[in-house]
Amino acid sequence: MQFEFDQSAPLYQQLADQLAEMIFTGLFAEGEQVPSTTQLSQELQINPATVLKGMNQLVDEQLLEKKRGRGMFVRAGAQERLTTKRREDFYHDYVVSLVAEAKKLGIEEAHLLDLIKRGYDHGQV
Amino acid sequence: MDKFKVRGISKRYGKKRVLDNLSFELEPAKIYGLLGRNGAGKTTLLNIITDRIFANSGQVLLGDATVAGNRAALAQIYLMSEADLVAKHTKFSELATVLDATYGFDFTEARRMLAGFDLDDQAVLAKLSTGLKTAAKLVLALNVRANYVFLDEPTLGLDANHRELFYQELMKTYEARPRTFVISTHLINEVQQLLEGVIILDDSKIIKDQPVADLLANAYEISGPAAKVDEYTAGLTVLTSRQLGKIKTVTVVEPLPDQRVIPDQVKLAHLDLQHTFTALTNKGGN
Repeated sequence: MQFEFDQSAPLYQQLADQLAEMIFTGLFAEGEQVPSTTQLSQELQINPATVLKGMNQLVDEQLLEKKRGRGMFVRAGAQERLTTKRREDFYHDYVVSLVAEAKKLGIEEAHLLDLIKRGYDHGQV
Repeated sequence: MDKFKVRGISKRYGKKRVLDNLSFELEPAKIYGLLGRNGAGKTTLLNIITDRIFANSGQVLLGDATVAGNRAALAQIYLMSEADLVAKHTKFSELATVLDATYGFDFTEARRMLAGFDLDDQAVLAKLSTGLKTAAKLVLALNVRANYVFLDEPTLGLDANHRELFYQELMKTYEARPRTFVISTHLINEVQQLLEGVIILDDSKIIKDQPVADLLANAYEISGPAAKVDEYTAGLTVLTSRQLGKIKTVTVVEPLPDQRVIPDQVKLAHLDLQHTFTALTNKGGN
């Protein structure tokens, strides 16, 4: 597991985001157990209250569920929920900055659309 | 568990004022950082609140009970410090037995931790190197059954591997038996993620006492063309400022005005705890 933290956002938020990413990519499959607060806190040397706050956010977002006495598990449908959310965020997270950068570079709309098409044709997507 | 309350503590050495009317509270089962530059008064404060020296005024309470001279309260408070209070030939196991009588002591867990530092309980503390002596003292501090454990420079002389081991053991023991730790250290970057609360002492006063996350949420580095940075930070308290050619970089530790638009070319970044600390305690600019 590869976690990397910086100062860009509160620590619990970065932890939640990175765990969500691991669920999204399938590193933790649905129904699979994720590391406990204790394990994460010791491994990453992060205050357990911070880890718990991050985990609880994922519980609130219905990505994780707590099973009494057994630990935290990835909820059924978690990957789909993440996909839906990311689709909703796609415009704001990617398109806005893409267009802003294109404008700075003087790339016109038609050219940008061409470039996107090229990405589809040659990319791995 | 009871709260630990410090009320209006002042201390003078002769004419020199070391602590000036300090008040704060520690909650049960939380990890705090006590940060301050050399000479800020950290060690004096720790010695007062653990009843090793007297304050000129003020009170330290555990729940509603005064700590000074109170054996029951003092059995809940442990200070690991740089000062060596042990006789020359004392072995680790003998110290542990003494601590056990006052606080209770987890011998099994202590032996496991010692092994991690390549030590055993027959080690004579006075004969150990600085780093290993620190390690032995840490193992003592992490295994006393006190609800408030104060660690004054707990990483003195420890190499990087042993510091990491200490941070891991701290997290482990904290989760197994939640209690309050107060860590006084200069290695701020290394402990940032371990801390929940932070108390910053500067020039004999407390200048910050809040959750680390709250402090960092309002700690910024702002950089860009000097005129634009000045315009954006007008009215804010600029703690440090430096200039590289036309680019000015300033630090601010306070909420930014919501309604003010960040000019193009001006960049905002959050500070880490160490840079927040140096910005707050920096005297006379850069």
